[in-house]
Amino acid sequence: MYYIDPHIHMVSRTTDDYQTLSQMGCAAMSEPAFWAGFDRGSAESFRDYFHQLTDVEPKRAAQYGIQHFTWLCINAKEAENVKLSREVMKLIPEFLQCPNVLGIGEIGLNKNTKNESIIFQEHVELAIEYQQQILIHTPHLADKYQGTRMILDMLAGHGGIERSRVLVDHVEEHTVREVIDAGYWAGMTLYPVTKCTPARAVDIIESVGPDRLCVNSAGDWGPSKPTAVPDLILEMRRRGHTEGLIRKIVFDNPFDFFSQSKNFSFTPPSDETRVFPTG
Amino acid sequence: MNASQVLEREFLEIRARILEIAASLDRIDRAAGDVSLDANRQLLSRGIDLLSAKESDRAEQVQLLFSNEYVSDWQSDFQMKPRS
Ligand SMILES: [Zn+2]
Repeated sequence: MYYIDPHIHMVSRTTDDYQTLSQMGCAAMSEPAFWAGFDRGSAESFRDYFHQLTDVEPKRAAQYGIQHFTWLCINAKEAENVKLSREVMKLIPEFLQCPNVLGIGEIGLNKNTKNESIIFQEHVELAIEYQQQILIHTPHLADKYQGTRMILDMLAGHGGIERSRVLVDHVEEHTVREVIDAGYWAGMTLYPVTKCTPARAVDIIESVGPDRLCVNSAGDWGPSKPTAVPDLILEMRRRGHTEGLIRKIVFDNPFDFFSQSKNFSFTPPSDETRVFPTG
Repeated sequence: MNASQVLEREFLEIRARILEIAASLDRIDRAAGDVSLDANRQLLSRGIDLLSAKESDRAEQVQLLFSNEYVSDWQSDFQMKPRS
C-alpha cells in the first residue's frame, strides 16, 4: 500500500532511510520546520535551513521516487527568543513561493510560555496574510493538555482562520476530541518511547472515527522510527480493518488536507506508474 | 475482533507489563531512602488505581492525571492583547 507521511524530519535522516521508506510504499512526505537539536545563533542560519527544506531535501527524496513537501516557521522552542523569531519570520514570505511549500509550520508551544504564545500568534497572522495552511506542534508529556487548550484558545480568537486548513499535531487520548470537534484536522505521532504507540493510535481511530485524522512518524534527530506509519498499517490489518479504512488514514486524509494548499501538485502513484528505488 | 479474541491476543503482553510495573515498584522500595511522600510516587499510585476503574476511558484518565492543569483565563495572566 502506498502512504503519505505528513510529518517527518528528513534533514535528520540518512539517505538509507529514504530508500527504506520508498521500499515500504512512502509516496510523499511533508517536513515541517523544527528544532535542530540545538539553538541556532542567527536568522541567517534559518535561511540556510529553509534552503535545505525547499531545495536540497526535495532532490534527495526524488531520487527514491518520493515527493517532498515542507512547512516553514521558527519552531516553538527557539520562539522563546522573540527578537530572533521576528527576524526569521521576515525571511518566510520569499520562501513561500518555492514549489514544495505547503504552509506555515510546525508552529506551536513547547513550555507554554508567554513568548511562545506571542510568536505563535504572529505566525498565525502571517499565515492569514499569505493565505497559508497551518501545521501545529503541541507540547509533550505534562505540558500537552494545557498547551493544546491554549493553542485552541488562540486559534479561536482569529476570525480569519479556516479551520479545515489547520492541522493540530501530536494529539493523544486526552486532546484528540477537542481538536476534531472544533473543526480542525488532527495528527497522531507514533513514537517508540514517549508518545503514542501504533496500538494506541488505532484505539484512537476506533473511538474517534477516521475523519480528519492523520498519522505520522515525526522521524527526527531523537529516538524515533521513520517507518512507524507501516507499523500502524500492520496493526490495523492485524485487527481486521479494511484496506479502504487503512488507506483513508494513511493516504487519502493527508492527500485531502494537503490538497487545500495551492502548491500541492502531486499525482498519486498507481501500480502501473510505480517508481522503484534507484539507489 | 471480539473481546475474547482481543484478550487472547493481548494477555501475555499485559501480563508482562504488569510484571514490569511490579518489579519497578519493588526496585524503588529496595533502594535506600523513602519516597512514599514524593509527589511523583503518589501520582504513580493514583495512576495504578485508575486501571481498575470500570469506565472504558482509562487511557484518557491516566493522561489527564499526568497533565498540568489548564486555566481558562491564562491570556489575562500573560497580559496578552486579544487578536482579531
Ligand atoms: Zn515535528
